[in-house]
Amino acid sequence: MSTRSVVPFGPQHPVLPEPIHLDLVLEDETVVEAIPSIGFIHRGLEKLVEQRDFQDYVYVAERICGICSFMHGMGYCESVEHIMDIEVPDRAKYLRTIWCEFSRLHSHLLWLGLLADAFGFESLFMHSWRLREKILDMFEISTGGRLIFSVNKVGGVRKDMDSDMLHQFETTLVDMEKDMRELTKTFLNDYSVKTRLKGIGILSKQEAFDLGAAGPFMRASGIALDNRKLGYAAYGNLDFEPIISNECDCYARCYVRTQELFQSVDLIRQAIAKIPAGEISAPVKGFPKGEYFMRVEQPRGEGLYYVKGNGTKFLDRVRVRTPTFANLPAMLKTLKGAQLADVPILILTIDPCISCTER
Amino acid sequence: MSKLKRSPWIIHYDGSSCNGCDIEVLASLTPLYDAERFGVINTGNPKHADIFLVTGGINAQNESVVRQIYEQMPKPKVVVAVGICAYNGGIFKDCYNILGGVDKVIPVDIYVPGCAARPQAIIDGIIQATELLEQKQMEYERTEKHQKKGSDNT
Amino acid sequence: MTEQAIKNISASELVTEVLHLKHENWRLMQIHATKLKADEPSYEISYSFVKEYELYNLRIVVTPETEIMSISDIYEPAFIYENEITALFDLNIKMISLDYHGNLYRLNNKTPFK
Repeated sequence: MSTRSVVPFGPQHPVLPEPIHLDLVLEDETVVEAIPSIGFIHRGLEKLVEQRDFQDYVYVAERICGICSFMHGMGYCESVEHIMDIEVPDRAKYLRTIWCEFSRLHSHLLWLGLLADAFGFESLFMHSWRLREKILDMFEISTGGRLIFSVNKVGGVRKDMDSDMLHQFETTLVDMEKDMRELTKTFLNDYSVKTRLKGIGILSKQEAFDLGAAGPFMRASGIALDNRKLGYAAYGNLDFEPIISNECDCYARCYVRTQELFQSVDLIRQAIAKIPAGEISAPVKGFPKGEYFMRVEQPRGEGLYYVKGNGTKFLDRVRVRTPTFANLPAMLKTLKGAQLADVPILILTIDPCISCTER
Repeated sequence: MSKLKRSPWIIHYDGSSCNGCDIEVLASLTPLYDAERFGVINTGNPKHADIFLVTGGINAQNESVVRQIYEQMPKPKVVVAVGICAYNGGIFKDCYNILGGVDKVIPVDIYVPGCAARPQAIIDGIIQATELLEQKQMEYERTEKHQKKGSDNT
Repeated sequence: MTEQAIKNISASELVTEVLHLKHENWRLMQIHATKLKADEPSYEISYSFVKEYELYNLRIVVTPETEIMSISDIYEPAFIYENEITALFDLNIKMISLDYHGNLYRLNNKTPFK
């Protein structure tokens, strides 16, 4: 009969990219239960809305997380625009779409790198991050920032991309696609990678549904939901299908994210082909009054922005539900019954973003 | 910059940052910026580390974690606060759960500016930290020798 | 864009309504609370559900004394949202499956949204 022991895991741990703490209850090497404790990054920025007016708050919203900062800014702006009935110009919508997909590309490449690091494939980690720098360069050219852009505002965007720039991006993406194919080949076909990922951390379709998993984590369990299908920004005019896998393991999560890289490149290409000329922002008059639930698809899954305005320049409430928060219950499920040595990979395959989670 | 004699290792902890500086710290270690050419390596173990990079401000829950990592590091050590949040809380300064910058808890030697701090700035901070570490090492050795001499005489 | 359907119910009807949605295969998306600007402290709690791309919200209005039944037995992931609400708003949610007793986040000043 084996005895039970409790191992505290995190917040600072050599294999953890971000501070989360888990109490792992172990029977020999097998995890029987995992109890999370969070709050290491809790700042309380939802409350800050009482001190910053609704236009200033865009900057705070962006800083919920430095990885999907663009999408946080956009999600917040779109919900305020819905309340105020602002018609955002089409060109701004397309520009937002392009930046959104850039964010997804850089976030997925970052994740692939961290995954490689987690299973000890250092050179693959370096390759993913080297590739990611090209995306950041494109961000820098178009917005001036690498991670925090401040390019969104209520009513549109602040910066435009001219046709030369768009053309230049298209050529860069062609080069990148070649590199990404190479990278994907290693991630999906390499023997040692497969042994670390295949059959690990199974989350069945029913469990993913019941436990409220989100994003690529959910799609890897065979649920074809992608909030981009809601048609916010310019996604309504673009052609794509959610990518799913039915294998439900860590390998499937890796597969879904690698394929989403190519989907993003394709979406950017479509957007560049269709982008109309015109204004990039609409004037904002008055103050928001009313409420709106805005759902977006972030690299990590569905995010929800709830904004409630009272007709003054300070909003009553901003609530952000981020994908990692939703993925925690499902992650705890995959941890039960896992080997202790697989715990870092299981935590990583939900693509945790603790800054998002705790706000 | 004078020639570096040692190869200091860094440890990185994400305080309550937005992940922006956090990711840039890692990015500055990857091939394009390659801080590893100065001999620094990222380690996860505080007892192996010489330079402590902290991003983000301090809140009630991570206060003890930051202090503990600092105390576990062997002497001499250098602390680098990366980004404006690590200086005084930055944009989150007014949030109810932010106590302030890293220097509320542990002594900080070098501040790296930016929101998010750029890799160039972070690398500059790391280099300054390695130079400072060299200095601290010399002072540390001198006092050690002095103390030893003192104990020999008695 | 989808409709923003919100159904106002009372706190005692909550469990029945949620069970009903569970049988219709709705997924719990999130729960959040908002403080209402009123003389007496009162809060509204919104429960958001999604089915495919549709969104549906249940809303209850409560005071700090109102006993709210947890729905974490019906929807397992609800525990994390309910713990967040008890930690930040100090509302009285009963029978949470994994109860942190208001300590989900370790805060300087307790229940800042109260």
